[in-house]
Amino acid sequence: MPKNPDIKKVLVIGSGPIVIGQAAEFDYAGTQACRSLKEEGIEVVLLNSNPATIMTDKDIADRVYIEPLTVEVVEQLILKEKPDSVLPTLGGQAGLNLAMELEERGFLKENNVRLIGTTSMTIKKAEDRLEFKNTMEKIGEPIAASRVVETVEDGVEFTNTIGYPVVLRPAYTLGGSGGGIAHNYEELVEILQNGLRLSRVGQVLVERCIAGWKEIEYEVMRDSAGNCITVCNMENIDPVGVHTGDSIVVAPSQTLGDKEYQMLRSSALNIITELGITGGCNVQYALHPESFEYCVIEVNPRVSRSSALASKATGYPIAKVAAKIALGYTLDEIKNAITGKTYASFEPMLDYCVVKIPRLPFDKFISAKRTLTTQMKATGEVMSICDNFEGALMKAIRSLEQHVDCLMSYDFTGLSDEQLQKQLEKVDDRRIWVIAEALRRGMDYDTIHEITKIDIWFIDKLAILIEMEKALQTQELTVDLLKEAKRIEFPDNVIARLTGKTENEIKQMRYENGITAAYKMVDTCAAEFEASTPYYYSVFGSENEAEASNDRKKVLVLGSGPIRIGQGIEFDFCSVHCTWAFSKEGYETIIVNNNPETVSTDFDIADKLYFEPLTPEDVENIVNLEKPDGAVVQFGGQTAIKLTESLMKMGVPILGTSAENVDAAEDRELFDEILEKCGIPRPAGHTVFTAEEAKKAANELGYPVLVRPSYVLGGQGMRIAINDEDIDEFIGIINRIAQEHPILVDKYLMGKEIEVDAVCDGTDIVIPGIMEHIERAGIHSGDSISVYPARSISQKVKDTIEDYTKKLAQSLHVIGMINIQFIACGDEVYVIEVNPRSSRTVPYISKVTGIPIVPLATKVILGQKIKDLGYTPGLQPEADYFAIKMPVFSFEKIRGADISLGPEMKSTGECLGIAKTFNEALYKAFLGAGINLPKYHNMIMTVRDEDKEEAAEIGKRFEALGYNIYATKGTARTLMDADVQVRMTRKVEQESPNILDLILGHKIDLVIDIPSQGVEHAKDGFVIRRNAIETGVNVLTAIDTAKALVTSLENTSIKKLELIDIAQV
Amino acid sequence: MKAFLILEDGTVFTGKSIGSAREVISEVVFNTSMTGYLEVLTDPSYAGQAVVMTYPLIGNYGICYEDMESGRPWPDAYIVRELSRIPSNFRSEETIQNFLLKYDIPGISGVDTRALTKILREKGTMNGMVTTNENYDLEEILPKLKEYTTGKVVEKVSCKEKYVLEGDGPKVALLDLGAKRNIARSLNQRGCEVTVYPALTPAQEIIDSRPDGIMLSNGPGDPKECASIIEEIKKLYATEIPIFAICLGHQLMALANGADTYKMKYGHRGGNHPVKDLNTGRVYISSQNHGYVVDTKNLDPAVAVPAFINVNDGTNEGLSYTGKNIFTVQFHPEACPGPLDSGYLFDRFIKMMEVNK
Repeated sequence: MPKNPDIKKVLVIGSGPIVIGQAAEFDYAGTQACRSLKEEGIEVVLLNSNPATIMTDKDIADRVYIEPLTVEVVEQLILKEKPDSVLPTLGGQAGLNLAMELEERGFLKENNVRLIGTTSMTIKKAEDRLEFKNTMEKIGEPIAASRVVETVEDGVEFTNTIGYPVVLRPAYTLGGSGGGIAHNYEELVEILQNGLRLSRVGQVLVERCIAGWKEIEYEVMRDSAGNCITVCNMENIDPVGVHTGDSIVVAPSQTLGDKEYQMLRSSALNIITELGITGGCNVQYALHPESFEYCVIEVNPRVSRSSALASKATGYPIAKVAAKIALGYTLDEIKNAITGKTYASFEPMLDYCVVKIPRLPFDKFISAKRTLTTQMKATGEVMSICDNFEGALMKAIRSLEQHVDCLMSYDFTGLSDEQLQKQLEKVDDRRIWVIAEALRRGMDYDTIHEITKIDIWFIDKLAILIEMEKALQTQELTVDLLKEAKRIEFPDNVIARLTGKTENEIKQMRYENGITAAYKMVDTCAAEFEASTPYYYSVFGSENEAEASNDRKKVLVLGSGPIRIGQGIEFDFCSVHCTWAFSKEGYETIIVNNNPETVSTDFDIADKLYFEPLTPEDVENIVNLEKPDGAVVQFGGQTAIKLTESLMKMGVPILGTSAENVDAAEDRELFDEILEKCGIPRPAGHTVFTAEEAKKAANELGYPVLVRPSYVLGGQGMRIAINDEDIDEFIGIINRIAQEHPILVDKYLMGKEIEVDAVCDGTDIVIPGIMEHIERAGIHSGDSISVYPARSISQKVKDTIEDYTKKLAQSLHVIGMINIQFIACGDEVYVIEVNPRSSRTVPYISKVTGIPIVPLATKVILGQKIKDLGYTPGLQPEADYFAIKMPVFSFEKIRGADISLGPEMKSTGECLGIAKTFNEALYKAFLGAGINLPKYHNMIMTVRDEDKEEAAEIGKRFEALGYNIYATKGTARTLMDADVQVRMTRKVEQESPNILDLILGHKIDLVIDIPSQGVEHAKDGFVIRRNAIETGVNVLTAIDTAKALVTSLENTSIKKLELIDIAQV
Repeated sequence: MKAFLILEDGTVFTGKSIGSAREVISEVVFNTSMTGYLEVLTDPSYAGQAVVMTYPLIGNYGICYEDMESGRPWPDAYIVRELSRIPSNFRSEETIQNFLLKYDIPGISGVDTRALTKILREKGTMNGMVTTNENYDLEEILPKLKEYTTGKVVEKVSCKEKYVLEGDGPKVALLDLGAKRNIARSLNQRGCEVTVYPALTPAQEIIDSRPDGIMLSNGPGDPKECASIIEEIKKLYATEIPIFAICLGHQLMALANGADTYKMKYGHRGGNHPVKDLNTGRVYISSQNHGYVVDTKNLDPAVAVPAFINVNDGTNEGLSYTGKNIFTVQFHPEACPGPLDSGYLFDRFIKMMEVNK
């Protein structure tokens, strides 16, 4: 069937801010789909509240709205833009839920807008627990015995009939929010109560527990003619019980015979057919490990994280094909872009093995439980490709950038056998390392399997890696042994460690014996057809098929690896734009990255894509083959910056700011010299190595002080210390995270935090704009509400900032991007941090100011001058809009994480509020962040003594808005003294009913809890905040955020939002 | 022990010997299936060929005898990237290593199968030798390789005597040209009583048994080598008995009716080939294993019209015989290994038999 001619203008709904369970994969899918639609001459209107995305670029869509994802906004947008169709299947659960609401309200019908890519019937059949169950029963597809309940009592009653343990899944939530496994009555009641509240429709599915079964997924496509194919199947190494997003996953399945494989494949096709999906769909199965019995766990009637992974694992562009199907094309009419010969109606055949490992945030949330459950916790993931499983696993491990490079990286040697067995029972992110230790001690496969339920095929593969460790330790390193070690991807440094040689000796031995990496192509068809798409992965011991071309100048763009807190999708935005800019300048572009969720690893972004770990050795192998004319490191976040020195050693010129200048910005002493030369003040501080030195420094400076390791990102390990005990504790924590660099102790200044991004050509600079933070200094810039243009600082401060930025950029010889953070105390401006690279704020500020910062920086890197590029150097005129970037958190997903904000970054994503006035922008930003008040008009406040005055003012304002304020003794007195009506409540440790009962009673909209600085000494606050978050209550931990929120709430006059097309800015 | 794969063009791959250490010369073909290695090994259509698996990890789930598609493995040699050192599956009864040894099938592992596949794709299917003799002499071997043909292999793989699978439904006569077990099983599971006949059974014997339908199976080799069988098939065609044919059966029926067949450059072997039903426009993913294909250029529409084509390369995948209750397909609706999507064709055949009664 050819394209439907009635579809001319399509509204694409994005997925909003990055949260756990809904990350960069939807930017990848959305971007691919938009490009695919535009290719067909369709006018694309895009809505997404996330400014860090590539899909919200004006080169991707025709009309771009970075507005809150609410039903009201979508309705208003439809009335304004009058699209004839809405495509909701690319915006994750957020997009799908919006579409459902629009349909249910009858709005789409009323306005003659059609839903394409799916129907509301389909969504309902797949997402509504009862409908899904009925549908599966109708076509005879087994599901675990289950019942949808709407009350706790029903849940308990049903569980009594099927027996514990049971799995609980709330309807219409993403990433399995609020779900879990209950082993007893208490757990059941707790999870049920929580789940019922989190579900959009107040339903929870109670289900027979199938934990321990094999978890298998199929990615399926179907067109409107009914043709179906499976793109890929995947096997979770972690059996059912761990969310697939948190599991180590392998593609294709490894332990299924053809009978099992085809049985599940046929089932997946039956399901997609019955649901009537036109586009992509993900079906998850639990397969009994010792029979053919299986259960359908879940169906996602849309593109998903798994489909992004499947696309990258196979080369089959699911989102692109889904968009074409939505327009009416059938699979046999859509060309396979990889081969250019075959069509989308085929099934990819892999001749390699793919391993995905989740990137979990436990390094950020030290207090959090590491346990993995059906509730997803990973912020991102890495993927690797190799012709053997062991190699793919080893490559994935070192792609994680979590100080792990082999199966020895977590040390469990200190455990007794008994303790080790106990540890093996814990399902957490270090499980494969625990298994490795068990194997080293000779524990047999069956015992390990019995405990972990992990298939022995995988256990044997881990054993092969352990045997190689031992061989390297005990045998002479022969050429054959080295070959075998490299075949299963032992990195040189690990081989060196095990053999007692140096890394260089190993490298030398490899080169002398011709043991070098070869590159193979991902071609969707196992070499059956010729393919021209340059998508490569490395293997050892094979023939190389990647050919270096030498007709153009060649640039290596280093990506930013897995999405993690502190290094998110923004850096992918920068990498992609830099690649495009180099391409426009006539360069051949080569991307190296390992994140399957991103746009940068789409096969048609760069001229060549190497899907590889970002370690010096892996990059050097590519450099040896490609011999690039230069590398850019300033767009790939800290991951790329860290490679600067190694690239220099390989003889690859660093394009833009030179390596020694990158170093100067990060090296405390060099940097101090530069500041002194420029006459720029910074908060007084010292570089120290031990706790004693740190305490001495702190006492000299006077508490509070800021303590942090140098060379960090996202403020990792950074704390505010108020006394000597804090210092002792922090240094302990810092040293735990493999610290090689010195520790910085700085005087903590309380002032306004200001941030700028600038482009410098060595002489002139362009500052697109100045941003100020709502929260005062001490809260990480990534967790602060950021306002552009800065409105509360004087012209004098602005001038000083411009002056300092210029001086710093010049002194550091910056060619390209620089990001500087300042603190303004009155008219005094201090520099607190300089990053000689692109930053988190670049995408948003580019979009708001209309200045294409990354392409501009790229041109400058290539030697062009700012003046010649049509810019007047200096601070650019302010835009006509206020743009407010609001951090978004995923605290409810991480059990036990402390949510109080501080110098260490904790947010996972962001959204933007953009408007003509500050108030409207602020309102939109809160709306976009999902801070949706109020239902009950009840709130709790607990504040520190030093915030009393401000707290009283805030309390008054909330009271004026009709809020009942609850507080414990201290805060209550403060508020009462200020004539605010307060209801006193008992503290946590006091008898019930106390403050905790209030929170658990689901009658509270908001908790304002300002923790004391320093280590969380008062456990009370922690308990209150955690319980509030887990019951879905909004919690604010900074007084300034609370002030901003009340300001936003007071602006009730903002009834109708003015939607702004940023493509016109 | 080292083993070598020597191709007709002089390329040599070195690997490790698996299975038998015997030396063989055969036609080297590649299969892209990611699962179903046992079904591939026991598919009689591979008789006279050495099979390369493009999926690099083979043997993961061991051997389950129940899944064999015939009484034994047929390939002359088996070429893989890596054999799993342990099998893991609840049904596994044997390792693939022992299985190859038991049936004396020589093989080689550790081969860069992707590089090998690319050679076969670019230069076309060619002959090769698998040997463990380190002192091989190319000059002596290459002429021998060029001489090799698969020859008359159908008789070798067909059953020697007829046998019956009981059922209450329509009576089907299955001509075993190298049939995969799942053809008979697919009919039998749908209630048919299936009588399996040796390839050289005279047509009259089958006709005299008054079957409700005749099934022509898959099989190995060049269809034109089956001259005498084609003559018998002409007689079957002349009756009013419904006929359904798969793969070699499809080719032989075409040859019996004046069409031609030709050898493809490197064939279709795998489980991902899209075939389009020209009547409905629907596309199905099919299991395939063929090196020859029917040339429909000179086919008289009064005799037969194309019913299926391959979406990738447009080659013929099925014929519908004009005015007759006969339809034939190039692909494998019996799957095993591969997708079960076209299993509905057996239902169509049964319906045809019932209507014809």
